Amino acid sequence: MKAIRIIGRSIRDAFKSVGRNFSLSFASIMCTTITLILVAVAIVCAANIENATKLIEDELSVVVYLKKDTTEETIENIKSELASISNVEDYVFKSKDEWKHEMEEYSETFNTVLNYLDTNPLLDSFIVKVYDINSMKDTVEYIRSIEGIDTVKYGEGMVESVVSTFDIVEKVVVVVVIALILVTAFLISNTIKLTIINRRNEIEIMRLVGASNISIKLPFIFEGFIIGVIGSIIPICITIYGYVILFSQLHGQFSNMILLIEPYNFVFYVALVLVIIGAIVGMFGSLKAVRKHLKI
Amino acid sequence: MSFIELKNVSKIYKNGVTALADMSVGIEKGEFVFVIGLTASGKSTFIKMLYREEKPTKGIVTVGGLNVGKIRNGKVYKLRRKIGIVFQDFKLLPKLTVYENVAFALECVGMKQKDIRPKVMDALERVGLKEKVRCFPNELSGGEQQRVCIARAIVNEPKLLVCDEPTGNLDPETSKEIMNVIDNINKDLKTTIIMATHDKDIVNRMKKRVLVIDHGVLVGDYAKGRYKAHESN
Repeated sequence: MKAIRIIGRSIRDAFKSVGRNFSLSFASIMCTTITLILVAVAIVCAANIENATKLIEDELSVVVYLKKDTTEETIENIKSELASISNVEDYVFKSKDEWKHEMEEYSETFNTVLNYLDTNPLLDSFIVKVYDINSMKDTVEYIRSIEGIDTVKYGEGMVESVVSTFDIVEKVVVVVVIALILVTAFLISNTIKLTIINRRNEIEIMRLVGASNISIKLPFIFEGFIIGVIGSIIPICITIYGYVILFSQLHGQFSNMILLIEPYNFVFYVALVLVIIGAIVGMFGSLKAVRKHLKI
Repeated sequence: MSFIELKNVSKIYKNGVTALADMSVGIEKGEFVFVIGLTASGKSTFIKMLYREEKPTKGIVTVGGLNVGKIRNGKVYKLRRKIGIVFQDFKLLPKLTVYENVAFALECVGMKQKDIRPKVMDALERVGLKEKVRCFPNELSGGEQQRVCIARAIVNEPKLLVCDEPTGNLDPETSKEIMNVIDNINKDLKTTIIMATHDKDIVNRMKKRVLVIDHGVLVGDYAKGRYKAHESN
């Protein structure tokens, strides 16, 4: 009961002191707001790049053409060979007749040309999906060496370079996000430190009248929490409205290459992350600042 | 064993200054003791040791049976809840009202709101400030601010009231009023009072036990009413 009362009093005092020390609280809130806007932009970029990379990777498949007139036995043999490759996620057999059928539907010209031929000139094939795109080259080399394989096709070179570029960009953005979070923590902690230096008298009196360390720290921790949460409101609004508008303006894709993530529920996840970052950084910032004044 | 006991206590600060040297003294429950001495004689260090703002370098300080020097930093609050402290500079929170300043001491220890109100009003009545509960410290005179500080110190009904030059910033007339308030607390509540001061008029007039400290050494311990007689002799 006593603990609940102390927590209740701390929350009440935290709200009061945000109001009573308004100019410093406002400085902390603004500082949080600005850095969280940057964090939000970085998170949105990182998530979209990751999404684009994933989409490219998902759509990418290897087409394995079999030699002409491959026997059923060889096909079974190739199947078991493919199944034994650890990087192969899935494979589907696609006969030359299926290819023909698909192409007839796809192009009228092709349909006409094929009708002139007596036999189907296409090859039986396997459509293979891989787990790890980075070791695709090795996998393709291995498949080529299997008996009965004619050719193996995938977007050689181009796909790898696009994926690795995206990979690097994504890593850079993640580093930027982490750096921004650290900068936010540092800035908030410093601004709150100013507030607390201004109130060291209050902390001293609390100590002298017999307040335990935890009951001294709690109001400041809640204050940091409140500042962090209030500071995240504007970045959240900017993220939600900004991203929704951006998405509709760009019709869901960026330079024909990157498909943007659907705004809902993505923006809400980002909003949640921003609130959590704001609150945690605010709390730890003020805890760090108040701890210094508690040494007896 | 006395309520407060110092046994061969020395305090040497990090800069090498010896604030107290081998001091031994005992104070009984309910006593009113003045601690006097010149500036930098060590009386503030003596007072601060009682509420564990300073730790002895050597020797033992016990308050109510507790070895003050042995209390861990995180547990000091337990000692502080048994002691009321009055400061020369009042140490009131400027953004809290008189009522809130006094209630602050009880809220800090997690007391229920419904129990806080009567205690705060009692303490404010005892110091004669019941009419000013809604005022902020900057709306009060120096004497009134000191009364608020005393009310905050006694609201928790401490066994010991430690006063560090409480009249240092006040004119003689106001000082007299403050001393009456403190004396009444000693008489009515049987609170042990230890007061550092360099105001000889007060010491002479009040006729209490007096400890004289000079350069960190206890040079005199005068029983109740003996100090003035000794000076005039």
